[in-house]
Amino acid sequence: MQLTVWTYEGPPHVGAMRVATAMEGVHYVLHAPQGDTYADLLFTMIERRDKRPPVTYTTFEARDLGTDTAALFQRTLKDAYERFQPQAMLVGASCTAELIQDDPAGLAKAANLPVPVIPLELPSYQRKENWGAAETFYQIVRTLAAPVHPQVGDAAGAIPANAVPGHPPLPAGISPSRGEVGGFDASPGASSETQDPASQSGLGAKAGSISPLVGEMPGRAEGGDAGIDSSAEPEKRAADAHGEAANFGPREARRPTCNILGPTALGFRHRDDVAEIRKLLGEIGVVVNVVAPLGASPADIGRLDEADFNVVLYPEIAGVAAKWLKRTFGQAFTTVVPIGHGATRDFVAEVRRLAGLPEAAATGVAPRSNLPWFSRSVDSNYLTGKRVFVFGDATHALAAARVATEEFGFTLCGLGTYSREFARDIRAAAKAYGVEPLISDDYLDVEEAIAAVQPELVLGTQMERHIAKRLGVACAVISAPVHVQDYPARYSPQMGFEGANVLWDTWVHPLVMGLEEHLLGMFRDDFEFHDDARPSHLGAGSRISTEPERATTTFATPPAVPPATRVGASADGNPINLDWLNEAEVELKKIPFFVRGKARRNTEKFALERGLSEITVETLYDAKAHYSR
Amino acid sequence: MSGGPSMSRGAAPAVADIMPSLGCADRPVLRERGQREVFCGLTGIVWLHRKIQDAFFLVVGSRTCAHLIQSAAGVMIFAEPRFATAVMEERDLAGLADANEELDKAVSRLIERRPDVRMLFLVGSCPSEVIKLDLSRAAARLSQRYSPDVRILNYSGSGIETTFTQGEDNCLAALVPQLPDSEAGAPQLLVVGALADVVEDQFARLFDAMGIENVRFLPPRRARDLPPVGPSTRYLLAQPFLGETARVLDERGARRIAAPFPLGAEGTTLWLKAAADAFGIDPMRFRSATAAAEARAKRALEPYRAELSGRAVFFFPDSQLEIPLARMLSRELGMNLAEVGTPYLHRQHLAEELALLPEKTALSEGQDVDRQLDRARATRPDVSVCGLGLANPLEAEGLTTKWSIELLFTPIQGYEQAGDLAALFARPLDRKTRLKV
Repeated sequence: MQLTVWTYEGPPHVGAMRVATAMEGVHYVLHAPQGDTYADLLFTMIERRDKRPPVTYTTFEARDLGTDTAALFQRTLKDAYERFQPQAMLVGASCTAELIQDDPAGLAKAANLPVPVIPLELPSYQRKENWGAAETFYQIVRTLAAPVHPQVGDAAGAIPANAVPGHPPLPAGISPSRGEVGGFDASPGASSETQDPASQSGLGAKAGSISPLVGEMPGRAEGGDAGIDSSAEPEKRAADAHGEAANFGPREARRPTCNILGPTALGFRHRDDVAEIRKLLGEIGVVVNVVAPLGASPADIGRLDEADFNVVLYPEIAGVAAKWLKRTFGQAFTTVVPIGHGATRDFVAEVRRLAGLPEAAATGVAPRSNLPWFSRSVDSNYLTGKRVFVFGDATHALAAARVATEEFGFTLCGLGTYSREFARDIRAAAKAYGVEPLISDDYLDVEEAIAAVQPELVLGTQMERHIAKRLGVACAVISAPVHVQDYPARYSPQMGFEGANVLWDTWVHPLVMGLEEHLLGMFRDDFEFHDDARPSHLGAGSRISTEPERATTTFATPPAVPPATRVGASADGNPINLDWLNEAEVELKKIPFFVRGKARRNTEKFALERGLSEITVETLYDAKAHYSR
Repeated sequence: MSGGPSMSRGAAPAVADIMPSLGCADRPVLRERGQREVFCGLTGIVWLHRKIQDAFFLVVGSRTCAHLIQSAAGVMIFAEPRFATAVMEERDLAGLADANEELDKAVSRLIERRPDVRMLFLVGSCPSEVIKLDLSRAAARLSQRYSPDVRILNYSGSGIETTFTQGEDNCLAALVPQLPDSEAGAPQLLVVGALADVVEDQFARLFDAMGIENVRFLPPRRARDLPPVGPSTRYLLAQPFLGETARVLDERGARRIAAPFPLGAEGTTLWLKAAADAFGIDPMRFRSATAAAEARAKRALEPYRAELSGRAVFFFPDSQLEIPLARMLSRELGMNLAEVGTPYLHRQHLAEELALLPEKTALSEGQDVDRQLDRARATRPDVSVCGLGLANPLEAEGLTTKWSIELLFTPIQGYEQAGDLAALFARPLDRKTRLKV
């Protein structure tokens, strides 16, 4: 049993709901007791959806157990089909129904409905929300995008679940128990970096470009450029600027097409990301065939194979399906997640390669987002080396690490994820950044890690926002789990060039601005500008008393509290007591609070190493000089 | 929870089988069975953990249970809450012996981290009930280990046995055997049901003013402060969903004072009067103790009556507060009752309420949410009272809604809150008239 207070992810059937709710013409019948309907409010309240999720719950009760829960499931399935007339149905069990083993898959098959019915096996006691979403999307794609297109809604085209005529055999390595080897790595033992074609071509070769999907880069890209008539390039570039169709030469009679895979309901900015990436692809000259699951119907899933390649925005959700599509239809897929200015440029380059388009001219083109100039602007100097702690789902955490270091000039002091499936990717990235990886879904572990490294900024989820609030550290939210505040009214993508602008605004906003920070450092005892005062541009801070407090920390009258006695261990392991003299303790308080813990630890370490039992103001500054070298 | 007021009692057997029948108050009740858009009993932890300040609630369940409480709490209450979930994993399902061992470990970790906790509730969930993990034996076993520092009790909040507020009912019922015996002789009054502290204080002052001296409340604010109970105890239910608690109080010899519930000016007066009569309080003294507050409540209701009178309200089932609320809205604010749905209708405890409802009020018990939505769309009420899963979709269809959960997270009982209660129903309509977008 895992003792938990807050969870980063819901159960896997909530992941399935995110996929079902994102789609059109799909209905999910969930064998579940009363109470599990709470999940509806995630969509209607947090995301403010104006429709109920397309989910019908069987609502079985204690007295049904052992009698007719199977019949209840069958009636519910039939009623739901008749009422909602979906083009495809999903059936499955929540955690409790999994225990009673009614076999929704078998029952649904027996019901013989005139639409495809896709059974979902989501092991609630092993797996979580993102895994459930990935598995659901994969099963939908596998069933509905089979090489022989199902005639949706046509009784003759009824597909007995898992028995699609002409369905290719299950690819090796893909099964409901997939993911046990960790991540989407197809080739165990192969190092991510060395297999990354992006690094081979010199694009984004740095640690920050590590993508959860590297190692899976399709071979198709290499041949892509060959057939391009280079004389068409100027024309094409002009056309790109207008986002219009271009003639790419004799071999390409039509514009290349792609699918966008991964966005779901209740995702972190998924809707805006799709809009931004769709626009970007249009500008490159790539036509979007299908976006899925968000907004896709079962018939759209049946058209997935018509695209030349796939754009995978959220590997956590679409990675497995994209691999299946590659194996089945030979569709390559993107591995760069376009979060940040640099990653967006890498993404554009990758898309061009996959689409068989010539490389865009790199010189003489103004940056498409404001981030590069804003970051070079002198007022941003104060951002240099600010220590940031990054935690989130793997995709957003990896992207944030790259943006924070390469585009903001921050120093990464921690990197972690709750997505255990991607532990390997996070560990590799953390190693490259020289920080400790944190793979945990226990928010208390995360809180402990943040408190230990004392960052100046936390880039995390809503959980880290609360942790940071308690620790008095600035925070910006970069990843799910989400809150109603993560659905802003304005257009606010994380991806693409506009996404880079959003990241700039969002991450800089919580920080104390440069000169204000200096003033705080210079006059620490000011009754309005003290440690507890929030940055002056942030609205409701803590109330400030109208009178300066009675001199509690002035130099002349040290506080009456006894000096702190701390126990440390000397080099030979014997515990020794460290006494902070009052004056040193007071001096320490003049150091900005976000580095104070570090200053204290360094000073104590310095004292211990030298066998000093008393810490004076001199010791403090000796230690400062020692460690600043 | 055999014998308890489980939601299954008396419900029709077939799914979505609409079967009008006569309740014991001779009212036709539409009983439905189908998808329920209602929380399970675990949700009560969200307010109970604030009410009993040194108690901790440990749900023994699945990730779904943890996610439910987190989501139902709406915002994350991040001051480390006094609840947690022991999430069962694959290996816990393999053998019950291991599950018990794992549970003991979870409890010891918890008690180490929270030495301030004096009472620990092990709360059963759907999965723990289905695998028949015996939490009462676990509680007894753990009590021995941690007694007398921590008292360990158990109850079920599972969705297969309880609906929303029945979780509080089961929690209080689990407390009853722990209550000390009261001394024979002078009668005491026990007010049963979690109330906001401010409401509790107001009622205590009113009982004192009318001369009822020995008044205690269940649940207490501190687990160590359990009220005594016995044959000399008369108890007054402050909430309409406490069937099981009442049953075990009866077993301790206490006797229920039948009354409507203290919602609205009239409801509060009738509720207090029932207690006054049971304790033989002089009617003049009762009037002098309550008249000023009652008049104040009526004045507070006046402006809302003008806004709400003649408007139709439709209750989707949620908290079992629906019938007392419908009575208050119809009698004190002049609203029309389109349909009053309740997850479970306790006919005996609600007899006084049912008698005050207008004749031919459409009552429904249980739920088949799709059919009920069809009825609401056909009726097009002015206000639909519903849970969070339904509110925005109904708003999008042009039906004004009132979130029912607010009725549990707001002090609404008593004279001083009568106006606030009316305001909760008036605000969505007020908003609708203001907005020009």
